[in-house]
Amino acid sequence: MNSILTYIILAPLVGALVALLIPRNYRFVIRSIALLATFSSMAFAMKMFFFDFVTGSIGREQLTQKIPWIPSLGINYHVGVDGINVGLILMGAIVAFAAVCVSRDIKTYEKEFYILLLVMAGGILGAFASLDLFFFYFFHELALVPTFIMIGVWGRGENKNYATFQITLYLSVGALLALIGLIALYLQLPVDTRTFNIVELTKHFKAQPMALAAQQLIFPLLLFGFGILVSLWPFHTWAPLGYASAPTATAMLHAGVLKKFGLYGLIRIALPLMPEGAKSWLHILAVLCLGNIIYCGFVAMRQRDLNMLIGNSSVAHMGFCFLGIASLTLIGITGAVTVMIAHGLLAALTFALSGYLYRQKATLDMDKMGGLLRQIPFVGTALVMAMMAGCGLPGFANFPGEALVLFGAWKAYPLVTALAIWGALVIGAVYMLRAIRSILHGPVANEASPVVDPISLWRKMPYALLLGFLILFGFFPRLLTDKIRPSAQSIVEMATGQLKVTKVEAVPAPKPQPKAVKAQ
Amino acid sequence: MNLITLEIAVAILALAILLGDLWTPAPQKQKLGYAAAFGLIAIFSFSFFGKTESGLAFNNMFVMDDLALFFKRLFLLAAIFVIFIAIEFADRIETGIAEFYSLILLALTGMLFAASSNDFVMVFVSLELISVTFYVLNSFQRNRLVSLEAGIKYLILSALSAAFLVFGIAFIFGTTTFTNFSEIKSLLMRSPELVTQPAFLVGILFVMVGLGFKIAAFPFQIWAPDVYQGSPTPATAFLAIGSKAAGIILLLRVLFIAVPQVAAQWDKLLIAISAITILYGNLCAIPQRNLKRLLGYSSIANAGYLLLGFAALNQSGFSAILYYLSGYLFAVLAAFLVIAIVTRGRDTEDISVLAGLSQRSPFLAALLTLAMVSLAGIPPLAGFFGKFLLLKAVVEQGANNFAYYCLAGVALVGVVISLYYYFGVIRAIYWSKEPSDLSPIHISLASRAVLFACAAGMLYLGVLPDRMVKQTQQAVQSLQIKLPVVEVKKVALHP
Repeated sequence: MNSILTYIILAPLVGALVALLIPRNYRFVIRSIALLATFSSMAFAMKMFFFDFVTGSIGREQLTQKIPWIPSLGINYHVGVDGINVGLILMGAIVAFAAVCVSRDIKTYEKEFYILLLVMAGGILGAFASLDLFFFYFFHELALVPTFIMIGVWGRGENKNYATFQITLYLSVGALLALIGLIALYLQLPVDTRTFNIVELTKHFKAQPMALAAQQLIFPLLLFGFGILVSLWPFHTWAPLGYASAPTATAMLHAGVLKKFGLYGLIRIALPLMPEGAKSWLHILAVLCLGNIIYCGFVAMRQRDLNMLIGNSSVAHMGFCFLGIASLTLIGITGAVTVMIAHGLLAALTFALSGYLYRQKATLDMDKMGGLLRQIPFVGTALVMAMMAGCGLPGFANFPGEALVLFGAWKAYPLVTALAIWGALVIGAVYMLRAIRSILHGPVANEASPVVDPISLWRKMPYALLLGFLILFGFFPRLLTDKIRPSAQSIVEMATGQLKVTKVEAVPAPKPQPKAVKAQ
Repeated sequence: MNLITLEIAVAILALAILLGDLWTPAPQKQKLGYAAAFGLIAIFSFSFFGKTESGLAFNNMFVMDDLALFFKRLFLLAAIFVIFIAIEFADRIETGIAEFYSLILLALTGMLFAASSNDFVMVFVSLELISVTFYVLNSFQRNRLVSLEAGIKYLILSALSAAFLVFGIAFIFGTTTFTNFSEIKSLLMRSPELVTQPAFLVGILFVMVGLGFKIAAFPFQIWAPDVYQGSPTPATAFLAIGSKAAGIILLLRVLFIAVPQVAAQWDKLLIAISAITILYGNLCAIPQRNLKRLLGYSSIANAGYLLLGFAALNQSGFSAILYYLSGYLFAVLAAFLVIAIVTRGRDTEDISVLAGLSQRSPFLAALLTLAMVSLAGIPPLAGFFGKFLLLKAVVEQGANNFAYYCLAGVALVGVVISLYYYFGVIRAIYWSKEPSDLSPIHISLASRAVLFACAAGMLYLGVLPDRMVKQTQQAVQSLQIKLPVVEVKKVALHP
């Protein structure tokens, strides 16, 4: 029987194939196919998340499906979900649908754009669902390459070509480093039991831990390979410029979803399989994550371009995920996964909104904007809420995630945690509030070009969808944390090499305060 | 199927084309090309029917095994595509187009024999058959100075490398009194002290020089860019895949059938050559503006990737070489066919001829993009899986020798550099500023079919690699790399 995951992955890919066969002047048909494909993928993902997934006490993979693909090398198409990736898949499917919805402004080579977008969406979802190392990497590359092409062809701004090459080179280096690490990992098994199956690998290394020297070699390969993909400081410089130059949908999908692949790889593969390697490298990660949170926070403060600001703040947010991973505690890892999901929705929302503003104003220079809240109450309010979520206001999904990370990391790295709190609360608030002030408040700048809200309910829908889930998970983080905890627990047990994880109810109940936000 | 049916059939086809030329009026000569192509297609499909005999022939000089059959099919397929490129290119060859087709077939005969070589004499004869036909093929456009220059350069350097080859064979014969691979191998088993004898090793080294020239490995790569640039496009295409694959199969046979003991102790040499070839090819490709010259440097880089499989010294490395070559075949031939079509009626092969190609012919633009993406090693195309297998084979050896991790690192650096220039080609197709010429391009039915076949091949090898992996694994079973050196030394010390 086919797993529902297969439908989630295949819907966009089949959509891409169908779109390939449609003549290019049937623009409406191609767009409808893209919408239908991503919508059905999202519907399946919601069904999986809310109904099919059994929230149990053991973090075992569910809804698995296995098809032998290259038997001679032991490579299988093998998908399954546990608490770590179930939320990520849902988030990816939602963002993909929203990304197609807001791509109305693409007017050149529409057919190619939607095909690439669908391939990218299918690749991302496949990478998160894969339980086979080869397919895990294969799907990620499948999603990565369209990113480069889309930035190159449909990107904007003067630095488009430079940004394309920078992002291509950086991410290829990261992906290839990770590839070497994954191959080396595969080769650590004895010859006759070699497998790409992540479940089998985990079982094997649980029984017989990997040689120490191998761990010390492979862990940094994966850490920095995946780290580059997630814009770990100081390898983050591709991110802000790349996102500023990317078309809206690409920025949404990459910053929101694809970037989480590296974090997912660290949590799913690097930590549990190489506990000794983790022990000696994670404190370095804990220091580097301060680079993300504080350095990139300061950089974000200096930006005058809204997209550059969002790009830098998205790099800064990755610091919390790294901190959660470095903490290696149940609470910390649970928090890191929650932040990944929350930030995915948030990044997609902010890039969608900035894309809307760019389409209206043809600039994102914050000095040239002002008083927009009066002209576009809907988009303005959504932007205020997104910015507030970005500074970690309770009521949005980011808050429980970041709070958990900080709780989890306190014991291991008190100094780092204190600095991170300061970075999150002070620096984050400063640049977010400044942006709100100069874009939305103040005198209306440049009356000549009128700005309007999306006219129909349908066009407001993607923003509302993302915001809705952000608030849903903000009020009911239990939806996520209950699913994440059992899986995170087994990962932490393997990574720390002991089973004395205290049972802590990993859900601080946030105070609902959405009214305070809207009052802006 | 008899042991040498394929060779005989191709040679007869070549002679038939020559003879047919006598009775074909000039306007009809294009039909000879189709005759050659369909004849080859018939021979190619014939190679799949019936049980293939395997065994030795001609006093053990000639061997027919899975490895030979694999390469013969590869050569036949490459020649079919090259003939179609030649048909597309025929309007630019003023006289003697029939000879051009028949020379391609003769070079193919040499390659088929190379695939079956089991004797150094056979190696030399088949290589000469290939080289001599290429002297003519490369300088076929007699009115173009660059073509003549390419032919002369190829002649001089090829003759030099052939001299090295003969010299090496003489050394080997002098020290072992054999030229046959099986005899040399059993002699090495019997008297292991040969492995350290300088004269013998110099002989092997010189043979490697001769073969390294064919595959354009560093430091014998210097001819490749000039010759690729100057030669007629079909000849360049055949050089890039046919001649290179012939060098690869001969190197495989010499190193891992005749003298596996020597190969096992030359791992550092192979690592160094592979690493330098990858870096040289990729770095030099960056500033190139001429498409064929760019592909020339890219072919050097690809020779480096293929050498990764040699350096890995294990079965998975050998099967990865075969896999990579198959993927390379489709990508590189698609690229050359598109170049042959696009440069029609133009005097230039500068990268700027691609400007506006996406509007002139979206089909050609898509195919060239696919070829570049596959060469760059991006999924889901063949190049990705080939590189994956090669890297896997190299990293597999990393536990024994740290140099292999460094080699894998160099290969990755090479891949990243290559993204720059392959994407440069794609950029020229889609994002050129001022396309001067937007006239639609007419593509003949045959070329369209060939391009579809190339695209299908690239996708098939990238997405459904299982069958091919099995075939390559089976083909390389006859290649051996034991590690007898350690034991040999022990034996040598005791008496």
